[in-house]
Amino acid sequence: MKHHIVLSVILLFTFSGVSGITFAQGGMFATAAGNTKFSSETPMENINAENKKTQVLLNTAKNEIAIRMNMRDFVFPNKLMQEHFNENYIESDKYPTGTFSGKLDQVIDFSKNGSYDVSATGSFTIHGVGKNRTIKGKLKIDGGKISLTSDFEVALVDHKIDVPQIVFVKIAQSIKVKVEYTLSPYKK
Amino acid sequence: MKALRLAIIFTFAATTLHAQDDLLGELSKLDSNSTSPVQATFKSTRIINGHSVETVKKNHMDFRISHRFGRLNSGSYELYGLDQATLRLGFEYGLTDDLMIGVGRSTEQKAFDFFGKYRLIKQSTGAKQIPVSVTLFGSAAIRTVRPVTEEELTRSFQNKLTYVYQALVARKFSEKLSLQITPTYLYRNLPELQGDKRALFSLGLGGRLKLSKRVSVNAEYFWAARDKNSTLPYYDSMALGVDIDTGGHVFQLHFTNSLGMIEKQFIGETTGSWGKGDVHYGFNISRTFSFDKKSKQTR
Repeated sequence: MKHHIVLSVILLFTFSGVSGITFAQGGMFATAAGNTKFSSETPMENINAENKKTQVLLNTAKNEIAIRMNMRDFVFPNKLMQEHFNENYIESDKYPTGTFSGKLDQVIDFSKNGSYDVSATGSFTIHGVGKNRTIKGKLKIDGGKISLTSDFEVALVDHKIDVPQIVFVKIAQSIKVKVEYTLSPYKK
Repeated sequence: MKALRLAIIFTFAATTLHAQDDLLGELSKLDSNSTSPVQATFKSTRIINGHSVETVKKNHMDFRISHRFGRLNSGSYELYGLDQATLRLGFEYGLTDDLMIGVGRSTEQKAFDFFGKYRLIKQSTGAKQIPVSVTLFGSAAIRTVRPVTEEELTRSFQNKLTYVYQALVARKFSEKLSLQITPTYLYRNLPELQGDKRALFSLGLGGRLKLSKRVSVNAEYFWAARDKNSTLPYYDSMALGVDIDTGGHVFQLHFTNSLGMIEKQFIGETTGSWGKGDVHYGFNISRTFSFDKKSKQTR
């Protein structure tokens, strides 16, 4: 028992020490309520969905960024489409999350307020298929908060998402994605 | 002490390995969603004839067209039953994500049926694990066919009514396999045939096996607790079919010994026997519409 207590004290101490150092260097910024939207637009039908529980973590000291979302958190106005999205296309049971993990390509002074055109390069994974991408967006620093916005497209074929011929609902081959994340200083 | 030293080494090693993957790992801690209900136990609100645990979602309407043709053993003159068709039209609406109501009209007995269905328990995985889904179902049906016999002429409004209560219990065992057990209580104010009892207990068993993402094989059996010595011409209802999901529509094609498409008829009044070849070909087409205002907006 005693060992365990000593052990956990040491563990706690080292971890808090580490995070303290990174904070001193500029720190980590995060959100668990980021907004990710996508839309499939065809002459026949427009389909939209929104995920308000996107998790984002930005390490300003290392210029690293990670984004993660549960595919099941995408909400569609049409619940049948939501079911099809999870069951037939994204296969949420097998591939529950979509992630991006990479680095910002620009060096930014996070200590000052400002607005920047930025891009991030890294691995973008959905449907279990990763792809190296550079995604452009805007980064805004304002009063200790960092907001990230971006518009980009995802081609279904890049992630091995099949749309069979039998489907009557038309789905675009390239999906438009729009993200809005507002990050605050991260406390563990 | 050894453990202590190991721990120290381990923690220091971990901190030096502060790569991008750690950022993702750290992120998963932010994930608040720990309990998630199991989706799509069945493709439709019906397994074949009987209801499944699924309900129509809020502000969605399911328009259902169901057909049962004549008996396959009626020969080539009747084109193996296809010359005769009975129909049920249904409008079914989700008041909330868990509560739906529906109304239907059947050719058979010119019956109207009204029902409510509530999803009480959802099978869930994650932090809170629930092994099964439970849905409650209640229905009233009225026959409105014009009286022919003298006995029918004197039949009161009350005596044209039938009630059904079900507790649907289902589990999605895997991506492919879902099974359901359906205890049923049927109450006829006046049974169709003399000698039949007003109350009838039944136990339904149903399931589906997915062959691909969009096609599944379904089967269903309703055992009815009738008197063994009864001379009534009734059989247990059994059905075998295929579900094809085209995105927007679900087509259910099947063979069954029941002509009726409402509980009162297929559980209580099935006169066909599989053994004698009294089998009907039939189909249900389900088309779901969303009345959610947001679905009309482009963004």
